[in-house]
Amino acid sequence: MSTTSGTAAPPAGQGGAAPRRAASAAPLDPREQRRRTWRSRRHHWDVKWSPYAFVAPFFLFFAAFGLFPLLYTGWSALHRVELTDPTHMEWVGMRNFSRLWEDEFFWNALQNTFTIGLISTVPQLLMALGLAHLLNYRLRGSMFFRVAILTPYATSVAAATLVFVLLFGRDYGMINWALGSIGIDKIDWQNGTWTSQFAVSTIVIWRWTGYNALIYLAAMQAVPHDLYESASLDGASRWQQFIHVTIPSLRPTILFTVVVSTIGATQLFGEPLLFNGSAGATGGGDHQFQTLGLYLYEQGWVNLHLGRASAIAWTMFLILLLIAAANWLFQRRLRKSQ
Amino acid sequence: MRRTTGTYRSRAVALAAIAALGAGLLSGCADDGDSDTNKSGGGGEGGSGKTKIIMGLFGTMGFKEAGLYDEYMKLHPDIKIEQTVIERNENYYPQLLNHLSTGSGLADVQGIEVANIAEVVQTQADKFVDLSKTAGVKKENWLDWKWQQSITKDGKAVGLATDIGPMAICYRKDLFQKAGLPTDREKVAALWAGDWNKYLDAGKEYMKKAPKGTAFVDSAGGVFNAVVAGNAERYYNKSGKIIYKDSPAVKDAWKIATEAATGKVTAKLQQFQKTWDQGYANGQFATVSCPPWMLGYIQEKAGAKAKDQWDVAAAPKPGNWGGTFLGVPQAGKNKEEAAKLVAWLTAPEQQAKLFKERGSWPSSQASYSLPDVKDAKHPYFANAPIGSIFTKAAQGIPVQTLGAKDQIINQNLVDIGILQVDQQGKSPEAGWKAATKTIDNALDQ
Repeated sequence: MSTTSGTAAPPAGQGGAAPRRAASAAPLDPREQRRRTWRSRRHHWDVKWSPYAFVAPFFLFFAAFGLFPLLYTGWSALHRVELTDPTHMEWVGMRNFSRLWEDEFFWNALQNTFTIGLISTVPQLLMALGLAHLLNYRLRGSMFFRVAILTPYATSVAAATLVFVLLFGRDYGMINWALGSIGIDKIDWQNGTWTSQFAVSTIVIWRWTGYNALIYLAAMQAVPHDLYESASLDGASRWQQFIHVTIPSLRPTILFTVVVSTIGATQLFGEPLLFNGSAGATGGGDHQFQTLGLYLYEQGWVNLHLGRASAIAWTMFLILLLIAAANWLFQRRLRKSQ
Repeated sequence: MRRTTGTYRSRAVALAAIAALGAGLLSGCADDGDSDTNKSGGGGEGGSGKTKIIMGLFGTMGFKEAGLYDEYMKLHPDIKIEQTVIERNENYYPQLLNHLSTGSGLADVQGIEVANIAEVVQTQADKFVDLSKTAGVKKENWLDWKWQQSITKDGKAVGLATDIGPMAICYRKDLFQKAGLPTDREKVAALWAGDWNKYLDAGKEYMKKAPKGTAFVDSAGGVFNAVVAGNAERYYNKSGKIIYKDSPAVKDAWKIATEAATGKVTAKLQQFQKTWDQGYANGQFATVSCPPWMLGYIQEKAGAKAKDQWDVAAAPKPGNWGGTFLGVPQAGKNKEEAAKLVAWLTAPEQQAKLFKERGSWPSSQASYSLPDVKDAKHPYFANAPIGSIFTKAAQGIPVQTLGAKDQIINQNLVDIGILQVDQQGKSPEAGWKAATKTIDNALDQ
C-alpha cells in the first residue's frame, strides 16, 4: 500500500469543519508551557525506555543465572579445579577438552545419550502425532482426554521414575510378571544395555508424549477446514488426508517439537539418575545407561573434579549448537524447496 | 473446534478430572519433598534472646527422635536447636564442601560421614573448630581408633565421633532350618567363626537344600564390604599411598565376594535399592551383614510377619561399616555454644541413649559398661543379646587406615566391579578391569 497521507484536503482556513492546530490557540503562560514540555519529554522517555525496563528483569536474571555461569564454566574448564578447594585454580589450557577424545566413558555416555535420545524421541513424536490426530476428531469427553494426556508432563520426574523402577523390577516387577504369564522369561531390565535404555526411554516417552500431542493438536486445529473439504471432494481417504493435508501443514510445528525434544534428549539426566536408584550417577554396573548429563554430574559432584565437569558441560553446549546449526540449514533448505 | 451441546457437561468432566489428577499429583510431590530434605524444629521464630543452633545432618541420625535436643534445651533454656537433614550423603557431602569453601550457608554443627572424614581432615581442617579442647571432651571416652580418625597431623580434632558400625550377621532362622542348617545363634556363629571362606561354605551348603526362590546372602557387594571392612589396610597404606590394586585385603574380599556371585549363593541384589527392600519383605535371602544401625531398617522392611524369624550371630571377623562425626565450622555464628552441644551429644551417656532409642552403636567405649548398652536385647530379632554381640565386635575392629578417596574407590569396586559379576554374569577378571578403569578415571584430576 502506498502512503495516502497528505492527499486529503486540509481544512480551508477559518470556519473549516476540522479542528485546527493547537498552535493557534491562546498563548500559554510559561509555567504551563514548561509543564507541557516536561510532560511530553517524560512521555517520550516513557515510550522510548520503558520497554527496556520491562524486559530488563529477564536479562538481569539471565546474566546472573545464565550468562555468568556459562562463562565461568568455560573459564573453569580451562583449569584443574577440585570441589574440595574450588578457589584454587590451576591453568591446564585445553587439556580438559583434549582428554575427552580418549575418554572412553565420555564416548560411551555420548553414544548412550544418542541412542536413548533416538529411541525415546522418534516413537514419542510419532505417537504424539497419532494421538493428536485422534483427539482432533469430535469425540465424547474430548476435554477429559486432553487433560489426561497432559498429566504425565505435570508429574515430577522423581515420582514417575520411582514407579517405573518398580514396574521394570527383575524379581517382582509388574512387566516381568505380565511377560511371565505369557511364557516369556524374566528380563533383567536394568542390567542389559538395550533393555535398560529401552526402560529409560519409556519413562521419557511416557512423560512427554502428551505434551507434544497437545502442541500438534493446537496446530491441527489451525489447519483450514476447506483443505480437508476439497481433499474429500477429490476422493481422498482419511489416511490420504492425514498424509497430504495434515502433515504438510504441521511441518513447522513438527520441526519445533523435534528441536525441543532433541535439546531435552541431549540433557537427559533425572530419569537415568533415578532409574539407578541409590547407586547414583554410574548409569548401571557397566555404565550402560550413563548419559552425558550423568557423566558430567559424576565428574563434578561424585569425583569432585569441577574442571573436568565444566569441560563436559561446554562440550554438551557445543553439541547443542551444532544441532541447532544443522536444524537451521535443514529448515532453510526446506523453505527453499517449497 | 465446534461447540456442541455437550460443552457444559464436558467442562464439568474436565474440571473433575483436573481436580482428581491434581490432587494425586500434589500428594505425590509432597511425598517427594519430604523425603529429600526435611526441615524440622519449632517454626522460624528463634528470637526472644535465645541462641539458635542449627544442626546440618544427613541420613537418619536420630538425635531429635531420641529426644536429645529436648533434653539439652531443658538443661540450657537459653538454647534453641533446629536441624536440617538431607537424606543421602552423596547429596549432602558435595554441598557441604561447597558451603565450606564459600564460607556461607553453613549450619552451626555439620555431620561428616566416616567415608569422607579423611578427606575433610586433609583438605578442610582449617575450616573447622578444634574440638579436642572443648570442655568435657575426654579422649579416653572413645575407642582409640575412632578418636584418631578425625585428628589432623598437628593434633586438632576436626569432629567428634557419634556412632560406629560393628558388623554381625543377621540371618533368617526359618530359612536356615528348612535348608538343614543350625538355627541357634551360637551354633550359627560357630559355622563360620574366624574365616569368611567358611561363611561361603555354609552358603553352598544352604543352596543345596535352599527353599525355593531364596538365596543364602543378599548381594555380593554386601559380602565384599563386610570382608574388606575387617582389615586395617584397605585402599591406602599408612603413608597415604593408594594401594587398592595390590592390597591383600581387597584381593581377599574380591575373591570371596566374586566366588559368592559365581557360586550362585547370592540373590543378585544391590543394597539400598527398592528391589533390596522387596527382598526383605519377601524373605528372598537368608543372611545379610548387619551393623546395628541396619537392624531398624531390616525390621521396617521385613515387617511384622517376619518377627522372631530374624536373629543375630557374630560375623566371621569383626569389621566396621559406617559412622558419623559432628564438626563445628569456623564460619558458624555460635561456635562456642555449638562446640558445647557437640561435646554433650557425643558424651557416653548420650551415646548410650541414642543407641537405646535409635540403635546407633556408641563409638564411646565408656558407654559399653552402661546397662543400656551392655544388657541390650532386640525384641524383633528374637531377643538377641545385641549388647554383648556388638560390644565384642566393636572391640575386635582393627585400627583402619583411611584415605581421602575411600568412598570413590569402594563405591566403584562394589557398584561397577562386583555388580557386573553378580548381576551381569561377567567374569571376575572382567569386573576387576572395569572397576579399576573407572576408578583410575575417577581419581585422575
